[in-house]
Amino acid sequence: MSKKGFRLSSLSHKYVMAAAGAFLMLFLISHLTTNLLLLAGDGGEKFDQAVEFLLTNPVIKIVEYVLFAGFIIHIILGVIIELHNRKSRPVGYKVALKSDTSAFSRFMIHSGIIIFIFLLIHLYNFFFVKLGLFPVYGGAESSHDFFPMVVVTLQNPVYAIIYIVSFVFLGFHLKHAFQSAFQSFGLNHDKYMPAIKVVGTIYAVVIAVGFSIIPLYFLFLYK
Amino acid sequence: MIKLDSKIPKGPLADKWSDYKSSLRLVNPANKKKIDIIVVGTGLSGASSASALGELGYNVKVFCFQDSPRRAHSVAAQGGINAAKNYKNDGDSVYRLFHDMIKGGDFRAREANVYRAAEVSNYVIDHFAAHGVPFARDYGGMLETRSFGGVQVSRTFYAKGQTGQQCLLGTYSSLSRQIAKGTVTMYERRDMLDLVVIDGKARGIITRNLLTGELERHSAHAVVLATGGYGTVFYLSTLALGSNASAAWAAHRKGALFANPSFIQIHPTSIPVLNDYQSKLTLMSESLRNDGRVWVPKEKDENRHPNQIPEAERDYYLERRYPAFGNLVPRDVASRAAKERCDAGYGVGDSGLSVYLDFKDAIEKQGKKGIEDKYGNLFEMYMKITGINPYEEPMRIYPAGHYTMGGLWVDYNLMTTIPGLYSVGESNFSDHGANRLGASSLMQCSGDGYFILPYTIGDYLADEIRTPRIQTDHEEFDKAEKAAKERIDRLMAVNGKQTVTSFHKRLGKILWDHCGMVRSKEGLQKGIEMIDQLEDEFWKEVKVPATAGEYNQELEKAIRVADFFEVGRLMCQDALDRDESCGAHFREEYQTEQGEAKRNDAEYAHVSAYEYKGNRQSEILHKEPLVFENVELKERSYK
Amino acid sequence: MEFKLKIWRQKNASAKGKFENHTLKNVSAEMSFLQMLDYLNQQIIESGGEPVHFEHDCREGICGSCGLYINGRPHGPVTHTTTCELHMREFEDNSTIVIEPWRSKAFSVIKDLVVDRSAFEKVIRAGGFVNVNTGSAQEANNIPINKKISDRAFDAAVCIGCGACVAACKNSSAMLFVSAKVSQMAMLPQGKVEAKDRVEKMVAKMDEVGFGFCSNTYGCEYDCPKGISVEFIAQMNREFFSARVCKSKR
Repeated sequence: MSKKGFRLSSLSHKYVMAAAGAFLMLFLISHLTTNLLLLAGDGGEKFDQAVEFLLTNPVIKIVEYVLFAGFIIHIILGVIIELHNRKSRPVGYKVALKSDTSAFSRFMIHSGIIIFIFLLIHLYNFFFVKLGLFPVYGGAESSHDFFPMVVVTLQNPVYAIIYIVSFVFLGFHLKHAFQSAFQSFGLNHDKYMPAIKVVGTIYAVVIAVGFSIIPLYFLFLYK
Repeated sequence: MIKLDSKIPKGPLADKWSDYKSSLRLVNPANKKKIDIIVVGTGLSGASSASALGELGYNVKVFCFQDSPRRAHSVAAQGGINAAKNYKNDGDSVYRLFHDMIKGGDFRAREANVYRAAEVSNYVIDHFAAHGVPFARDYGGMLETRSFGGVQVSRTFYAKGQTGQQCLLGTYSSLSRQIAKGTVTMYERRDMLDLVVIDGKARGIITRNLLTGELERHSAHAVVLATGGYGTVFYLSTLALGSNASAAWAAHRKGALFANPSFIQIHPTSIPVLNDYQSKLTLMSESLRNDGRVWVPKEKDENRHPNQIPEAERDYYLERRYPAFGNLVPRDVASRAAKERCDAGYGVGDSGLSVYLDFKDAIEKQGKKGIEDKYGNLFEMYMKITGINPYEEPMRIYPAGHYTMGGLWVDYNLMTTIPGLYSVGESNFSDHGANRLGASSLMQCSGDGYFILPYTIGDYLADEIRTPRIQTDHEEFDKAEKAAKERIDRLMAVNGKQTVTSFHKRLGKILWDHCGMVRSKEGLQKGIEMIDQLEDEFWKEVKVPATAGEYNQELEKAIRVADFFEVGRLMCQDALDRDESCGAHFREEYQTEQGEAKRNDAEYAHVSAYEYKGNRQSEILHKEPLVFENVELKERSYK
Repeated sequence: MEFKLKIWRQKNASAKGKFENHTLKNVSAEMSFLQMLDYLNQQIIESGGEPVHFEHDCREGICGSCGLYINGRPHGPVTHTTTCELHMREFEDNSTIVIEPWRSKAFSVIKDLVVDRSAFEKVIRAGGFVNVNTGSAQEANNIPINKKISDRAFDAAVCIGCGACVAACKNSSAMLFVSAKVSQMAMLPQGKVEAKDRVEKMVAKMDEVGFGFCSNTYGCEYDCPKGISVEFIAQMNREFFSARVCKSKR
């Protein structure tokens, strides 16, 4: 992209995008697993234990930085690729492309932007509190005591809806992303690709539904 | 007075080429860089010539009228490419390939040239394999072959029904490599309008930049024409719409003799004319006759669907007439047999101008998959064009103008009668006599370009190493450019009412009716008259829109059609002169009682080469006698 | 049949283009799409206008010259069909047909519906060949090639270079075109020798001439008239990755 010096080839963009994405997908699994502990019905005891472990383990600390890097690279690269691609067709078609491609793949940047906005809200709700940038709320005892904050946030219908809608878009994003990451690294084989696509769809649904259950739970079931 | 010297080397047939090659003079590598060569055309013969010459170190400039060299019409060749590898252990040899070609050409080709084409055919296959051309292979990983019309061995290498595409793309890749290396300079979107001859030698060409309309001068120490055939003279033919005779004809006007112009192959298996606006006829590869059976109903006015006609009421006329070769008779024979049945009233389809090509038996025997593997893309193509599924009902086919055996006269060195002007591939006349056998044009084109011209041209250029780069401000360039400009201006000035295409269509019809599959003295005379009239009308009535100084596709067509009148007239003149039937040239007056071609070897065992004397002037005929020392001249029988 | 045509007209590369409307009557269902345009041009010329320029040559779907963007799809509504093989029976009577040129930064419009596809040439010249000189080939059957691999190479080699993949890609990416050549040559033993260098050079050139990046949308595969699979793009991704990772610096 820069005029001089190091210049990433189009394919390297793909690899980095896919690698960062794949890492984020792994992160989502661990994040979901932790969050599902919120549903344990024990007043957040197991959840707090898990959070405590995550916040104190030095290895996780390092992984957290990697995670940030992953997010930033994935987002910035996504924007760079989108801008480049827009420039590649300066004059558009009068009749829009009718190719039968999946909408999930065509609207990655759009679902990506929605997820990015969600991410900011999510960070505002929890992460920045942890960092001490915002005061704790919901009667939390410390900036590490997330359970009360989760309850307050997700019992607010506006936040709950924002969260759920975002998870649906996240599902769309992942539906394409999963198999796309394999394709980007050249792992497309007529024998395995159908299975990869099925696993990808299952993954996307599990993530979207799994995360959505939590606000639904706090909105309707949690007393 | 031009004297034709074929320069055929002495010695036994099998040794001629190898002995001759070793005796040819060479140009040293340092001098090659100082020598310019122009190649016109980027089909199989042009691209192979240009890349082989570039590899040798010559400074090559290559021209094509399309946007890319990869579009040249060699790309459309379907069935295959012959070579005498004898991989099938079925008795093939260089001699047998040579013999098949001489016989297939009805003894109207030069022995030495044909033998050489057969000899280099094996190198061609090796070369293409090395280039990554994905020919069909068997399960052991070895190259697969199939049989083709007019022969009894299996020597045709293929890549499904897209052999031409794969060979051309292989050659295009070697051309691209030379362009990248800088030994070859590529000029796309150029039409060659004239040849520049200085002191009797070919020294350059005038081209029109098709995008800007600008006339350009290009000079060289030698010029190679690889401009293909003139089959589009029929308007409806299996050729690409852009294929044309103009470059070769410009050379002819400048003194290159034109040989055997009436030898035009009518291909037996093309999709028939479906409507009045048809712009081309799509070929269905001859390889289909390996498995397809050709038939018409035994009764006239048969109205039943072909699948409903029982076996006993079908006339498999090729198998009936030619039991030894059956459906695999050579193209000229198959075409005439189809015409004979249709003329007799047994033809099928709305117009009655088609016959069936049936795969029912083959599908039963080999399964649909087996047939799909061999011809899948052809079946698909047929389905797209006609909307009919050939897996379920027979194809309908009819002959169409296809390949021109005639072309610029060349000697053994592939040099025309103008020193320094060479002609390779279909644009020359040399290897196919009066009829070409299937799968031998890819073979000849690549043989000419890769393995023959690079040797023979050196012998001429050895004398040119002291000639400095040719300057394009020479008065001959002025004259040629002026003539080209005047011709264009004249076309633009007519400003009549009828489109170029309407004239082309009418010209094509005249030639198809009078100089097509069957010719007669009266018909040919009448044809010439009609061409004259049409040409007069053209120069009064044609409409070329816009201006000459811009991208103008109508003007391109107009320039080509203007030349086709002359080409057509010469075809008729030659057909009229040849009082015999041989190969694709069939004169009604000269046939056996069974309706087969009747040759006259005593009077016509020669090449007819014509010298241009101005439009509407009868051209001067020069004869090159054909001497047969290694084959016995006999009636060609496929019975 | 009768059609309303909306055709992009542009006098030359620098001129501003616009859509021109025509009503075309008496069209036969048996006409091919290009014959329909011939028929239109015939009428335009006879009435003193300038005919619509479009590229075409073989008219049997193999040369790759033709390529029009018809009603929102490169090569029109029928899958695995080039513009010249498309027939009017595929369109509804009295419908409107919008015809546009390929649109991409790398393919600029030359006139009307004709675009400059020389960017493809540049990519091929960067390495789309086997470095073998005439005369140095060995006997063809000395190197057996597994039939399946050879057939697979053929599937990639059927590319006609029409540019529909670029036109169909929302990003104007040329990945399908480039990967078909890269894969064909990488699969065959003859091309394998220099596979790593080849893929690096061709990708670098592809980026340089202005094509977009691939986002695995697969519109290219859908609209490729020859049905070339995006598995070849995956193969190129693999080849390039291994070239970048494994190739020695020396």
